[in-house]
Amino acid sequence: MHLDHTHDGPAAVSADAHRIDGTRRALRIGLGGPVGSGKTATVAALCRALRDELSLAVVTNDIYTREDAEFLLREAVLPPERIAAVETGACPHTAIRDDISANLEAVEDLEDEVGPLDLILVESGGDNLTATFSKGLVDAQIFVIDVAGGDDIPRKGGPGVTTADLLVVNKTDLAPYVGSDLGRMAADAKAQRAELPVVFQSLRTEAGVADVAAWVRAQLSAWAA
Amino acid sequence: MSRGALLVLADGRFPAGGHAHSGGAEAAVKAGRVTGAASLGDFCRGRLHTAGLVSATLAAAAVLGVDPVELDAAADARTPSPALRVAARKLGRQLMRAARATWPSAELDALAREFPKGAHQPVVLGLVARAAGLGAEDAAYCAAYESVSGPASATVRLLSLDPFDATAVLARLAPELDLVADRAVEAGRRVVDEGVDALPCASAPLLEIGAEAHAAWAVRLFAS
Repeated sequence: MHLDHTHDGPAAVSADAHRIDGTRRALRIGLGGPVGSGKTATVAALCRALRDELSLAVVTNDIYTREDAEFLLREAVLPPERIAAVETGACPHTAIRDDISANLEAVEDLEDEVGPLDLILVESGGDNLTATFSKGLVDAQIFVIDVAGGDDIPRKGGPGVTTADLLVVNKTDLAPYVGSDLGRMAADAKAQRAELPVVFQSLRTEAGVADVAAWVRAQLSAWAA
Repeated sequence: MSRGALLVLADGRFPAGGHAHSGGAEAAVKAGRVTGAASLGDFCRGRLHTAGLVSATLAAAAVLGVDPVELDAAADARTPSPALRVAARKLGRQLMRAARATWPSAELDALAREFPKGAHQPVVLGLVARAAGLGAEDAAYCAAYESVSGPASATVRLLSLDPFDATAVLARLAPELDLVADRAVEAGRRVVDEGVDALPCASAPLLEIGAEAHAAWAVRLFAS
């Protein structure tokens, strides 16, 4: 019995940057955040924005249904074989952080079946402010909150808000109707996150997901470099 | 054997995918067969002496050096429900991944090559136990305990059952766990001498039927 890592078998372990055949695997980006903040809508918009320039696929982690996967299928943002649903036993945070084996299987199967892929988006089911992705599963993560969930969320912090590689404050078009102060949210986010980037977006405006898509492209350039 | 390694492998937090499965408890709760601690105890006892005994024997036989390919085919034959076969292979693949990272071994690499989409979980468990320096009895205990700990923790979520009551159910089953582990090791030794037909084929028809119904639900908390 020995405890050294050997990676010469049929399946790579966790975060290895290369597949068994020596090729570089796809960049994996996680999207997490509270229920209803617009994660699936953001994933759908990203697919529409990027599908003509990149080979991409999506893994969803629903809480108790296949709703998110089925939404993406219904919206036809990608061909069905590029969308995989992982069942989480009612605990998406376990499946994306503490026990990532089912998600790793899903991303590897996607690369085997529809690859080569440039990018895999791994979406978590809506969860609480402490739900973050394991570094063994994703290379970077986006945390999505929205203005209607309360403008004090950036101030409250928590691992998602403070440590995600990108914080997205969604549904800015609703701010006047729910009394959320975008300036205050931006200042609180800055205080929590120092230099880490924050994007304010409304998918109902023309700019839509453009800023997030640009961030994803930058991550991909860095990954491919 | 290392008692420390046994605790690592038997820990419910060992990251091998078990948290997403209820071991048939979700179907039993929906059908009204599990409604509280007492019926959970009955359910677990039934599962322990049927699916649990078969799993524990498969795991023990794998530790004792019986060909895992033959054991896997025998596990298929003892699992009528296609949904349960899929679940067992998924969990086997996930356990394989976790174990190859924690206890790397040439034997595990070879099994992973043979079954890229996963072998039955108890068979993988046996080889994992070997890689961790554990014996047949240890593997049998892990399989037998998993056969009841999964449904118990799932029922806490499904029924909002008092977690102390659920754990007490498991504690009360401890003497029967000892019994099943002993029987599994004994049967595993017979498999070494007589071949895989000596494996027990204790079946729980309601688990098999429930798994098929459960797999078709549109809304469910657990994968199986």
